[in-house]
Amino acid sequence: MFGTKIAVSNLSLTVRRGEVFGFLGPNGAGKSTSIKMLLGLVKPSSGQAFVLGVPSDDIDVRAKIGFLPEDFRFYTWLTASELLKLHGRLCGMPASLLRERVPALLDLVGLSPHREKRLRDFSKGMLQRIGLAQALIHEPELIFLDEPTSGLDPMGRRLVRDVIRVQRDRGATVFLNSHILSEIEITCDRVVFIKEGEVVASRDLRAFPDAEVGVVARARNLSAQTVAGLSQWSTSARLDGERLTLTTHSTSVLPDILRYLTASGSDIFEFTPQRLSLEDLFLKIMGEDRGL
Amino acid sequence: MGAWIMAGVTFREAGRKKILWTAVLAGSAFLALFGTGMHFQLKDITRHSLPPFIRYQLEAAMLQVGFYAVDLLAVVMTILTSVDTLSGEMASGTIQAIATKPISRWQILLGKWMGFAGMVAAYVAAMFGGVTAVGYFIGGVLPHHTLSGALLVFLECLLVLTVTFVCGTRFSTLTNGVIVLGLHGLAFIGGWIEQIGAMTDSPRLVTVGVVSSLIMPTESIWRRASFEMQSSFTRSLQFSPFSNASAPSIAMLGYAVVYLLVALIVAIYLFQQRDL
Repeated sequence: MFGTKIAVSNLSLTVRRGEVFGFLGPNGAGKSTSIKMLLGLVKPSSGQAFVLGVPSDDIDVRAKIGFLPEDFRFYTWLTASELLKLHGRLCGMPASLLRERVPALLDLVGLSPHREKRLRDFSKGMLQRIGLAQALIHEPELIFLDEPTSGLDPMGRRLVRDVIRVQRDRGATVFLNSHILSEIEITCDRVVFIKEGEVVASRDLRAFPDAEVGVVARARNLSAQTVAGLSQWSTSARLDGERLTLTTHSTSVLPDILRYLTASGSDIFEFTPQRLSLEDLFLKIMGEDRGL
Repeated sequence: MGAWIMAGVTFREAGRKKILWTAVLAGSAFLALFGTGMHFQLKDITRHSLPPFIRYQLEAAMLQVGFYAVDLLAVVMTILTSVDTLSGEMASGTIQAIATKPISRWQILLGKWMGFAGMVAAYVAAMFGGVTAVGYFIGGVLPHHTLSGALLVFLECLLVLTVTFVCGTRFSTLTNGVIVLGLHGLAFIGGWIEQIGAMTDSPRLVTVGVVSSLIMPTESIWRRASFEMQSSFTRSLQFSPFSNASAPSIAMLGYAVVYLLVALIVAIYLFQQRDL
């Protein structure tokens, strides 16, 4: 609660260890506040939050957590190296370990040439990169990234994707909050959609190809009877001239459909599965914005 | 450990702020002006062939003026350097990257407090040393109990610092600055009212002054510091910001120390309770 305003509400979600988890919702859905509650920055007026099996306000568990805040800002008088050393020391890392870790991380985020540059001379994208590095300095088990690609150019976005992949490969859990759905789609194993503080849907993106698939085909010599026969695999099928559009619930039936069409004597020039994009799914779940 | 890391980074941060170096520059300019003034005062005194006792007392009174200016500079510098350390970092979100590290909030606040306290200690020591050196080498006069005076002014700055921290947990930088300067102004006026009350034998005025000192004891501490350092002749001047018609008691100093500790605990409590 912020005064009389309710921030988040009956949110309830579980993140599995080792997965890259996407946290989706429209502006004001309570995403950032939820992350802040999980990090102990905001105290929930009711309910509980557990992180890595312990209450979220536990100080010691933070040694296993990394966090990149949205729009990362820090002391502008520090150099990139000094910033990472400071955060490493706050995480209890010895100086000997930091001497190895700091250059490696600067290299990872592409800031090695700027290691002695002060943050006041950094661009927004460079600040995001150094913010990402500070979140990873102590090799955390759980990493919260709040809009990590904000302000980044395409190279920077790819870098963030690669870093997330590296973290997942070493067994870390990544909790990702981003408005850029294409990024989420490429990066995440699972997503949860929240709206007005409630979890409204959850999708396993690795299993997502089997969820709902549309197919656009271009064919000649296709009879109405053949199209009607597609109903054994598809939920809908429509022929418009040479253009056939159909939807199925699983990609596994696509070879059967293709065999059926060729066996019926049709000439197939094009057969393209079209998955429902995450953006389509997002809009379907959240509804269209009627503000404009 | 976390508090010491924060103290170190805060000390360095204060050193990198322009406001500190402006204060150092202002302090140096003041010392130069003070030395020049004392030099010409001494020349005039010598020209008028005043008796050595009177000459010494006039120089000692000048020295008190110098310490008063140092006190003012130190208090203002303390407020201006620390006023945005909490509110500013909370507003910009800088604090989030720190508060999510394995470090308690009380360590963050206490560390910052210690960092500023260290910076203020260095400033007060340098300025007191400067005024004392000018007084000795130019005026040929030394204050009484310089160390006590410096420690009391340091205590006054710590009080201002702690109140700034308390307000910084709840208010914006600008509001915080207005509140703390306002409280210091209230204490200053209250101190004068108390002085006038003591001179005119008006208990009600003295009560008003004491109440203002209870709300913000900074002026009381300065008056005690001044009392400790001044000569008997300067004390006899009575009604001026640099001397005392009534010196605050040791009990008032005890109150100020308790005030400081309670304020620090309140600041920690408020900082722990608030959302970042």
